[in-house]
Amino acid sequence: MTIEINNLYKKFGKNQVLKGVDLTIGKGHIYAVLGPNGSGKTTLIKSILGMVIPDKGDISILEKSIKKDWRYRKQINYLPQIANFPPNIKVKELLHMIKDLRNSPSEEETLIALFGLEPFLSKKLSTLSGGTKQKVNIVLTFMFDSPLIILDEPTTGLDPKALICLKGLIQNEKAKGKTILITSHIMQFVEEMADEVLYLLEGEIYFKGTIRQLMEQTGQHDFEHAIAALTTTESHDENS
Amino acid sequence: MMKILKYSFYDLIRSRWSYVYFLFYLTLGFVLLFLNNDVSKAVITLMNVIIVLIPLIGTIFGVMYYYNSREFTELLLAQPIKRSSIFMGQYFGVAGSLTLSLVLGLGIPFGLYGLLRSNAIFDFSLLLVTGAFLTFIFVGLSFVIAIANENKIKGFGYAVLLWLFLAVVYDGLFLMSLIVFEEYPLDTFSLVATMLNPIDLSRILILLKLDISALLGYTGAIFKKFFGTDLGFLVSMAILFLWTVLPILGLRHKARRKDF
Repeated sequence: MTIEINNLYKKFGKNQVLKGVDLTIGKGHIYAVLGPNGSGKTTLIKSILGMVIPDKGDISILEKSIKKDWRYRKQINYLPQIANFPPNIKVKELLHMIKDLRNSPSEEETLIALFGLEPFLSKKLSTLSGGTKQKVNIVLTFMFDSPLIILDEPTTGLDPKALICLKGLIQNEKAKGKTILITSHIMQFVEEMADEVLYLLEGEIYFKGTIRQLMEQTGQHDFEHAIAALTTTESHDENS
Repeated sequence: MMKILKYSFYDLIRSRWSYVYFLFYLTLGFVLLFLNNDVSKAVITLMNVIIVLIPLIGTIFGVMYYYNSREFTELLLAQPIKRSSIFMGQYFGVAGSLTLSLVLGLGIPFGLYGLLRSNAIFDFSLLLVTGAFLTFIFVGLSFVIAIANENKIKGFGYAVLLWLFLAVVYDGLFLMSLIVFEEYPLDTFSLVATMLNPIDLSRILILLKLDISALLGYTGAIFKKFFGTDLGFLVSMAILFLWTVLPILGLRHKARRKDF
């Protein structure tokens, strides 16, 4: 198992965000973490990354508990939702810096060429547009070879060409047997990429399975409606 | 930690504000020397300026840096780096670059003026050491405030209030309590009250070294009477050091429990 989560609880102030999440994530698939706003997606991902410290429960990554450890993050590539970098640093300095901090082999040249970032390498990060920053962010995420990749809203600000490149990259990594977690609000993207869907609702895993299973369960014929139906089926059942 | 420190420091010494801060001290140094024409007098004037200004700049820079680099901190948190290393690195980066601006900004004009040949060199170095202490203390305090407050405006407000309290209000309260309780023995009280404020403590530390009784004031006089010049100097230095360590420990403690 790549990720194993047992009985995870997290509360922010009075707001109980995660209410006993149990989850096992196997190797070599693309998982989409979905759910309405405020359902705990980001909290779940940040707990896996050790950025949020859970109140109760434990998380193991590659069969090792992550409590009070930080070395396990070497096994994870993470793409944060909003890329905001130190403004006075140039793109190539940032790449160099992250390489230096991680201290592992990287292959940024092909990625830079893929996204056409060469002209921006000597520019300061504060002068880049949102989409270009996101491309830099993607390069930073994919340049290391780690068994687990977590992408939080990877499509934000990307033009169609870059989006195609990104999809290719994700498929490529999957072919190498890596586990990939994605959150996105773009259902078309999820439908195209994900093998399995994890649907979070009010701090619990409400549904886990393939897209086909989801459609069968909800009786819908297209994915977007199936997702929408997931949230309403319960009330629907009660009414009928 | 050293890597984060290196990059924070590098990032900061290239920012415009570090230069503004550096140029300010450079101008201040030249102007004071030009007007006073005397290194020792310039040191005293300088003391009065930097003892209030350094804490203010340290506080504002610390809070601003913390909030501005928040997203970047999140990026670092997802990397295989120990949490405390990230915050310690940033803290020493900010405090270090501010101290560098101070030392270079004041060191250059005084050096050119012939400080090395004057006997005010020790007074001047003490001024810089105290300035460095105050920078580290107030950057540390502002980091603790910033990490404890998600809300930027609140964090900024608390940090500035803390500065206002320690730099201005504290002295007023202190003076008032001395007047109100003048019939009681106040030696111990004023001794403790001085130690509780790093700004007052720095002032006394410098004045003890300069040995100017007229400027020492009540608390300084007690300090001198109680500890003597040398012991008083050592004790105040030790307490300043303690003041530097406490925010760092607070920062480590807060960083370990915080959710991002």
